[in-house]
This record gives sequence, C-alpha cells and structure tokens, in this order.
Amino acid sequence: MASLEESKAQQMGMHTEQLLGRTQQMFFDPEQEDNFLYPWAKEVDFNKRGEVDASDLSSTEINNQIRTLLKSGHGSIVIKNPGAKHSIAVGILNRLNLTIEGSLGYFGVGLIDGPNVRISGRVGWSCAENMMSGSVVIEKNAGSTFGAAIRGGDLVCKGSVGSRTGIDMKGGTIIVGGDTGAFSGFMMQRGRMVVCGDAGKSLGDSMYDGTIYIGGTIRDLGVDAIPAELTELDRAWLTRKLSQYDLMPAQDVDHFQKIVAGKQLWNYDNLEPIEKKLIL
Amino acid sequence: MCGLAGIIHRGKSSAVGSEMTDMLQSLKHRGPDSTGFAIYGIPEGDDFIMRVKVAEADEMASGFHIHQEIKDRFQVIDDRMAENGVHIKECEQATKYSRCYRFTFGGDMQNLMCYIEDVEGAEILSVGHALQLIKDLGDATVVSDRYKIGVMQGTHALGHTRMATESDVDIRSAHPYWAFPYNDVSVVHNGQITNYWLMRRDMERQGHRFVSNCDSELLAVYVAHHMAHGIELEDVLRRSIDEIDGVFTYLVATADKLGMAKDCMAAKPMVLYESNDLIVMASEEVAIRAVLPYEIDTYDPYDEEVKVWQA
Repeated sequence: MASLEESKAQQMGMHTEQLLGRTQQMFFDPEQEDNFLYPWAKEVDFNKRGEVDASDLSSTEINNQIRTLLKSGHGSIVIKNPGAKHSIAVGILNRLNLTIEGSLGYFGVGLIDGPNVRISGRVGWSCAENMMSGSVVIEKNAGSTFGAAIRGGDLVCKGSVGSRTGIDMKGGTIIVGGDTGAFSGFMMQRGRMVVCGDAGKSLGDSMYDGTIYIGGTIRDLGVDAIPAELTELDRAWLTRKLSQYDLMPAQDVDHFQKIVAGKQLWNYDNLEPIEKKLIL
Repeated sequence: MCGLAGIIHRGKSSAVGSEMTDMLQSLKHRGPDSTGFAIYGIPEGDDFIMRVKVAEADEMASGFHIHQEIKDRFQVIDDRMAENGVHIKECEQATKYSRCYRFTFGGDMQNLMCYIEDVEGAEILSVGHALQLIKDLGDATVVSDRYKIGVMQGTHALGHTRMATESDVDIRSAHPYWAFPYNDVSVVHNGQITNYWLMRRDMERQGHRFVSNCDSELLAVYVAHHMAHGIELEDVLRRSIDEIDGVFTYLVATADKLGMAKDCMAAKPMVLYESNDLIVMASEEVAIRAVLPYEIDTYDPYDEEVKVWQA
C-alpha cells in the first residue's frame, strides 16, 4: 500500500478524517498501483470457493452474503440466479474472483476497486459506475451509461451497449464487442474506449481528453471530437487488449478510427487534484 | 420516474392480466402513486366495452352525500345511453365509483361519449371492442385485486406505475390514457414533454378534448389524431420524435398492434425481449423476469428507435 502522509491540514487539526481511497494515493510505478490494497481489505484464498443462490434474496441480502464470504477468506464467489436485480455486488474494495451466472439490473458491480468479475448474462443501466480497478467482463448486452465515470480497470461488454457509454470517464478502459448508442464518451476526461461495432450520434461530445477507437461506422461526431491518426502504438495496444478478451477482429485492427478531443472547449490542465497541489 | 410494461402473445389469448400485474408490481419502486392497465381481449362480435368513472377515489371520503350522488350520476348515464339507442348487454359495478358496460351501438360514438362525459364527474376511461382500460390509486396488486384483473385474458397489454411529478395523484392523471374518442387506442409514457402546452393548444384548436393536465395525455391525443387521418401507427411514432420535444419513451397499443418510440436523447429506459410468439418490454429487466424467470437475451433500443409489433 502506498504510504499515507499526514497533510499539513491534518497536523493543524483542520480535519481529522483520514482519506484512504485510491485517488488519495500517489503511485510512482504501475506495479505499486496494481497492488494497492485498502487497509481493511480481507486476506482471501482464490482456491476457496463460495456460492450464493440469489433466487429469494434481496439486493442487500446478496451483498451482505458476499461480504460474509469475503470475511471468511473466500477468494472465489459465484452468484447464481441474480434475476436482473439492481445494485448487486457493489462497493467491493477487495481482491476477489466473482462469477455472476445470469443478468444484473441497474447499477451492477458499481463502485468496485479490485475484483475480477465475469457476468454470463446482460447488465442494465450504469454497470460498473465509478469502477476504480480490476476487470468486469459481460458476455451479453449492456444498458445505457455503461461504465459511467470509471477511473480504472477493464470494463468489457461482448455484446452491444446503450447510450452514453463511458460518460464522464476519468480513466481505465471500456471495450464493447458490438455497437454503442448516442453520446458515447460524453465529457470523457481520460482513459480509452474501444467499440468494435458502430457508434451512435454525437460520439465523444464535449470530451476533454482520452481516446476512442471505433471499428465500425460513426453516425456523427460530437462537439470538439476530432479524428486522429491511428499510430503503431495504438495498433499494438488494440491488438493486445482485444486479444486478451477474445474480441480480436479477423481483419486486424487497421480499420479502427481514432477519435480524440479537439481541445477547443476547455481550460483543463489534465492533472489530478493531488498532482495540482504538488505543483502549487 | 414511472415504470412502463408491455406484453404481446402473438396470435393467441393468454393470462395477460396476471402477467401484467406481476410485471407492474416488480416496477413499484419506479412509481407507487397509481397503477394502470390496458388489457386487449378478443372482441365479441360488434360489442363495445366502455369503462367509466363518475368520481375520484378520494371523493369517497368527502361525506355521506357522495354515495347518493354517485348513484344519481350512474342513473343519468344509463338514461342518456338509452336515449341514444344504446343496447346495454352487461353492466358491472367495478368499484363504487366506476363501471364497465358491454353494449351495442350503431350511432355516432363521439357524440355519445361527449354526452356521457357531460354528466358531472364522469370520465370515460376507455371505449373499444378489445380494450379494457383500468387505472386507480395504489400499487399493482391493490388495483389488480380491486378490479379482478388477475383473471383477465387477452392477446396484449400495456401497464404503467406512476410517480406523479408534474400533475396530481389522482385517477385522472394516471396512465394509460385512452385516445378519446378513438376506439381501442391506449398510451403509457415515461418522461417529460417540454412543448406540451404548445402541442396541446394546437390539438385543442383541432377539436380534441383533454381531461387532465398530465403531459402524457398529449401523446394519446396526438397518436389518435394522426391515426384518424389515415397515418399508420409506425409513421405516427416516427413523426412524434420530430414534433414532440422532451425526453420520453412511450408505448402505444391498438386493437391488433403494439408500438414503442424513444426520444432523440434515449434518456428514458426500455428493455426488450423478443421471440417468435412472445414480446415483452419494460422499463427494467426485473419486470420481464417477473414473467420469464429463466435466462433470456434482452437489449435496449437506441435513440429515435421506433418499433411496432403485430399482436
């Protein structure tokens, strides 16, 4: 875990709360960031497997059962019969291999930092909202605002997704095997989005930064979103990422279009708040 | 917020009443104020089915006098129907303040409807050969039990759970809306229509009546107006996306079709399941799972998407 230095404000007694989240940390190498764990994270054994039958459970009961299994050291958990219920597997800040056999409703696997999740069904609106790290792989379709405001990790939907995919995303990678709807990448600030199929209207509208790759057609670009040249680095990265999730197209990745911010709309220095503090 | 649901059993009658009750109950969190059903059965010859209410639910607590007033209002309606040559075959007292009539009639339906609605407190909820439109305050099971919807059979149905935002919590503002005076057309809507008053005044100038201040009623009138001018349902739905401002997803049912339209921002949700003999749609997949509890493939329609299915 990255060291937590007491700030001057804390020394002066201006606030007593110790902020421990990932965004409060300063990482100087990727490995340190990858291995970040919260102080309260449970030690788990990935060979210890637990099951939750969600048929007759409420969302709260399902989430409580996941926490109970984590406390007892289960590193692999399977949720059966989720029945498209909302807010399942949210707020997991722990290493965990989570398998969901079925579909989720709204806000599934939101606010997670660390787990690797595989969902065999479909997900509703706002899947993995505010995800910080780990991976989520969905085998079927996803609803709108897929990966809203994610900061890290890999979020993959092998089917098609709804509108406003990656709205306000601040990092991480979103990969869509099929098509995406209107306003995808709206107000995107960082990270990468890859759509193997077509994109709806106003792609990348008002994006600050980040990169969008589209394998199919683009209905139209949003305000301040512009095409850019696909470089060798882009090709190598796309090939690696798409191969990792079995989404590599037969005809290679040369046909992908790259979209970036025109940077005419904003006055934005591209720094995290904590980085700004260091400069100031 | 509001919750929408629709179901079509292609080419056969099924227990759509109980199915729609289950779907709407699972959407209760999207709107607990009122619940409405539009059930499309198999028409029996030329019989019309009319559902009419003569008071709001909360009026029943206004004093002892209301019970006699309601009896009087129903009597006036019966008299006016007889006066116009309506042959009443059945009359069911659904609640203290609403009735369901089955009748035959060969005259001018619009005149008859206006004459009935002229009775104090009277509002015709629906008229048609196939449509039965039922709406009241309370969640789906409450309304379903009150009106015995669970036993109703039909080919297709719409449903709505309402969270009142811009108009009152009363039956008048509840969905679905029947497209007065056109037979068998009903609409449920989730969203806000921002050019409501402009469009409403335009429709009123063309002779249409509105019973509520709920923006969703505009959609029913709009659809009915254009269909009465010979425009196909699918074309009306496409046209509405250009002409109606705001964020909306809405469903329209006719005697033999069910359609949906989504605005240009795709701001309001809809999830679809389609198979050869069954089509189910709802604001959330959890409602679809209420009738199809096993794993299924569903998807979200995109912005400006219009779909029409044959029942």
